[in-house]
Amino acid sequence: MTEPVFSLKDIIVTVGDNIQILKSLNLDIYEGDFITVLGTNGAGKSTLFNTIAGNLSIDSGQLLHHGHSIAHDSAVTRTNYIARVFQDPKMGTAPHMTVAENLLLAEKRGQKRTLRNRGLTKEKLNEYAKITQVMGNNLDTRLNTATGNLSGGQRQALSFLMATRVKPELLLLDEHTAALDPKTSEQLMLATNEQVTKNQLTALMITHNLADALKYGNRLIILNAGDIVLDVRGQDKSDLNEADILKYFIA
Amino acid sequence: MSIIVSSIGQGLLWAVLGVALFLTFRILNFPDMTVEGSFPLGAATAVAMISHGIDPYLATLAAFVVGAIAGLVTGLLYTKGKIPILLVGILVMTAALSINLRIMGSANISLLNQKSIFSSPLLQHLPKNFDSVFVGFIIITIITLALIFFLQTELGQSFIATGDNANMAQSIGIKTDRMTIMGLMLSNGLIAFGGAVIAQNNGYADINMGIGIIVIALASIIIGEVAFGDLSLNGRLVAVIVGSILYRLVLLAVLSLGFSTNDLNLISAIVLAVAMMLPQLRKALKLDTVIKKGVATHD
Repeated sequence: MTEPVFSLKDIIVTVGDNIQILKSLNLDIYEGDFITVLGTNGAGKSTLFNTIAGNLSIDSGQLLHHGHSIAHDSAVTRTNYIARVFQDPKMGTAPHMTVAENLLLAEKRGQKRTLRNRGLTKEKLNEYAKITQVMGNNLDTRLNTATGNLSGGQRQALSFLMATRVKPELLLLDEHTAALDPKTSEQLMLATNEQVTKNQLTALMITHNLADALKYGNRLIILNAGDIVLDVRGQDKSDLNEADILKYFIA
Repeated sequence: MSIIVSSIGQGLLWAVLGVALFLTFRILNFPDMTVEGSFPLGAATAVAMISHGIDPYLATLAAFVVGAIAGLVTGLLYTKGKIPILLVGILVMTAALSINLRIMGSANISLLNQKSIFSSPLLQHLPKNFDSVFVGFIIITIITLALIFFLQTELGQSFIATGDNANMAQSIGIKTDRMTIMGLMLSNGLIAFGGAVIAQNNGYADINMGIGIIVIALASIIIGEVAFGDLSLNGRLVAVIVGSILYRLVLLAVLSLGFSTNDLNLISAIVLAVAMMLPQLRKALKLDTVIKKGVATHD
């Protein structure tokens, strides 16, 4: 039996007047898991992400990384092994910096940032042209463009590349295609799937698109009222259909 | 002629403030009022040390350190104390007033018959007013080159990213609080350094010399931006220096209309307000189209 990379044990998170958002939630995340996360609004999906990433503190329970508690590590410390792509294209990139500069910054995740020159060399630009090309949206021709001048789809594709530039132990995708038009959204989802599968990334992906949740990933969880009500993987996941899933959507 | 040289000299000396404020105001996106306290703080520190017989170069560097400490206090109150940006600056600026009086012992100290960085023998050979041009040019060149170097380092890029998108910066592991504190220390250190240089150029330090500093420093930033438009980051730093000189020349023009130096703060404020409204005015009055029509060839 392999050890989980991340382990959430009886996690309780409350906000405001003792309202429990996560109620004794248990989840083991194994290496190579590509988990799609479903649930109604208010089910606790975002809270789950914020708890793992360190933006919310837990009231009780254990949050383990390779068996060691990380509950008291700050969000910035956890970026050493957790990367995240947000829903809002404005959140994930620095708008006045170029595409190449953003990638360069992301490349130093988990490292000390010193008074060394940033090293934006020709070789680097060629390398970036290659890795941006796989996203298939002309990002490779805009390496020296300020990201504020990119389309939403290009910015999200860049955010994704930045999050995976240094391979994270866990990638959190927080409805990262939801703000895009259907075609761009599908394109980014395909690119995401290809990268996650090819690089054997461990990822959690929140989505409201049932078809996407069924089509992508090798494991699926459904959250309802702060707890996981369905957790399936492999063949069990493939056997699911949309009607099965909707049964778990109890308001 | 000599009055224009003097204005250029003043512009170069005061450009240190514009470049320093650029770090917080433009890069960090942090309207830092602390500068109105750290400027006289630097002046007081240097002048008090010099009048106690300490080497003027050492005293000027000490001013940088003291200013950086003021920036550190602002940074800690803002990042750890969670006090709103504007209020934090006003608090530290107000506190600095008392500290400046403690350092100086009185509201005004003169440097009469004391050595300063302007009394080096080399400068005595230069024609009148060229000493401030020379010193100002050397200082601003060194500072600007150092900043250009710094901003291209990994640390400098993290600093820029913090101001551009703190959320994204944190998500890739940049300690944004630390970057903010570092920027405030560097900026206020440079402002205090500028205060030390300007006090030595004036020959005295005065408790009230910080009033209106933020407007003057901002004016050089805005004038530079209005005059040059879109530039690279390095270009924008140089534009601030040119803006600082342009600002002095505008003041000179206004003063020659018969205004007195007592009107300086009012004039500074008006110059800044006009410069900031220029993009709006240009649009409203359709100046661009009028100018284009004026130079277009008729068919």
